[in-house]
Amino acid sequence: MRQSGRTRVAVDAARASASTLERRGIDVKGELFRAVLLFCVVIGVVMLATLLIYVTIAGWPRLDVNLFTQMPSTRDPQTSGFLPAIVGTIYVMFGVLITTVPIGVSAAIYLEEYADASKWYNRFIETNIQNLAAVPSIVFGILGLAFIVRGPWGLGFVAFAGSLTLMMMVLPTVIIASREAIRGVPSTLRQASLGLGATRWQTVSRQVLPVAFPGVLTGTILAMSRAIGETAPLLLVGATTFVRFLPEGLFEGAYSVMTVQIFQWAMRPQEEFRTLAAAGSIVLVALLLLMNSVAIWLRNKYSREY
Amino acid sequence: MNARKKDSEMTDQATRAAGPVPSPQRAVRDVPDVPKEPVFTTQDLNIHYGDFHAVTDVSMEFGKNEITALIGPSGCGKSTVLRCLNRMNDLIPTARVSGEVRYHGIELYGPKIDPIEVRRRIGMVFQKANPFPKSIYDNIAYGPRVTGMKVDSMDDLVEQTLRRAALWDEVKDKLKQNAYGLSGGQQQRLCIARAIATNPDVVLMDEPCSALDPIATLRIEELMAELRESYTIIIVTHNMQQAARVSDRTAFFTVKVNETTGDRTGGLVEFDRTTTIFENPSDQRTEGYISGRFG
Repeated sequence: MRQSGRTRVAVDAARASASTLERRGIDVKGELFRAVLLFCVVIGVVMLATLLIYVTIAGWPRLDVNLFTQMPSTRDPQTSGFLPAIVGTIYVMFGVLITTVPIGVSAAIYLEEYADASKWYNRFIETNIQNLAAVPSIVFGILGLAFIVRGPWGLGFVAFAGSLTLMMMVLPTVIIASREAIRGVPSTLRQASLGLGATRWQTVSRQVLPVAFPGVLTGTILAMSRAIGETAPLLLVGATTFVRFLPEGLFEGAYSVMTVQIFQWAMRPQEEFRTLAAAGSIVLVALLLLMNSVAIWLRNKYSREY
Repeated sequence: MNARKKDSEMTDQATRAAGPVPSPQRAVRDVPDVPKEPVFTTQDLNIHYGDFHAVTDVSMEFGKNEITALIGPSGCGKSTVLRCLNRMNDLIPTARVSGEVRYHGIELYGPKIDPIEVRRRIGMVFQKANPFPKSIYDNIAYGPRVTGMKVDSMDDLVEQTLRRAALWDEVKDKLKQNAYGLSGGQQQRLCIARAIATNPDVVLMDEPCSALDPIATLRIEELMAELRESYTIIIVTHNMQQAARVSDRTAFFTVKVNETTGDRTGGLVEFDRTTTIFENPSDQRTEGYISGRFG
């Protein structure tokens, strides 16, 4: 192919300019931006690290067997523990688990598999689930006090009232996570099942849910770890700050939870009780990290199937 | 038969390197002018997706124990028509079907018809192999289980089905393994096996070979020729040679443009015996498409 004179001139010019491809000093704006971003990351990590180190140092002397086996005491911080709070937390979290999972997963199945998005009420529900996730937890505490502890349900100040209050709080998280997981199931799988003459329920229960299960589980664990660290709404629905006995059951007797017990210890003037609060915090943080790790592990374990 | 046995012993990798694929040998079948016993009859079938008029005025007959191929360029509505035959279009909320679709004389879109019962009689194989993420055995057993089929021995049913789909020898030692471990061609044959496990009347195939290599395609075409003895098969394909090789009748669809509004819609141009469509088409558009001038 023959080049015209003009083309050749243009090509020569382009070649000549290659000599100016060298770097012309430092890109100041680019480097500055990079430094700012890095600084922001460092702030977050340093704050978290400082907190963990401080709590560990402060609580280390009391991280002993007594912490897990003894009742709390107002007089003798050395042998004081928070066994009732640990048991109370287990009761409350059990209640959260057995209510949140069936309700949350069912709601997610409805919204993903059955709801007709062109109907106004389905869109209304969708929007409001997002909104509910952003409601401050103390508001759920007030709601729990008015409707679950007193009012129409009238359960009284029992562990299950705490469970239901926390359930309301974490339900949106579970619904949103479960919807993501269900949406991630390829539609070809549904078509294959329906094409064989399976009903919609058979398709959902035998094909969609098993594939979505790891995602649902991850969302549930994250929701549980949010609930276990919650204090404010439980103060309103009866997690008593000081109990020297184990809760009698889900539906009777006063109860306490770990966060509330830590809060109560931290409020006391004596140094020993603050050490105790720090020790309790270590246990709580360790538990949270463990739960989050399990969630991450599950996600990685199952994420390669599709 | 010998050629096929040899194929099954080779891996996909080896056969791919083996050179050009011979076209399958099959006896020339005597195809009557019109289907003797129509399984489906459509009359002025129109399909809309919301405001979009996808298919206009399709009237045709699909014969029993015949392979009918639907061919045509993209957007001509051939897959839409196929999906309307087992009411898979019901799953798209905006889809609307008007006109008549009769299945053995029964109006398929009648008010008392249960789409789930329809799909139990009219199986479907999809473009991309979509086995369930379960064992090979469970893939086959799923249909009979969900439809509540009375089965004396599920093991026997699975074996028979896999034998009919010419897959038994390849998978008999790994029935409990995940179906995702199979090659693409094997997965698609597993999907065909899954579709015939409930012993349907019709098998619809929506471009079943478009994601497969020539050897795997050949195997599926041979399988279709065998299945024709017991089932009615309707296949949508982009591959004209495939339509010419496997089908008894071919329907050519195309995109029709309304000259005043500019709206595009799919429609049937010509429907005849495959030999007639490929050797002596009566419509110029068919001839143009067959000879590769457009589409």
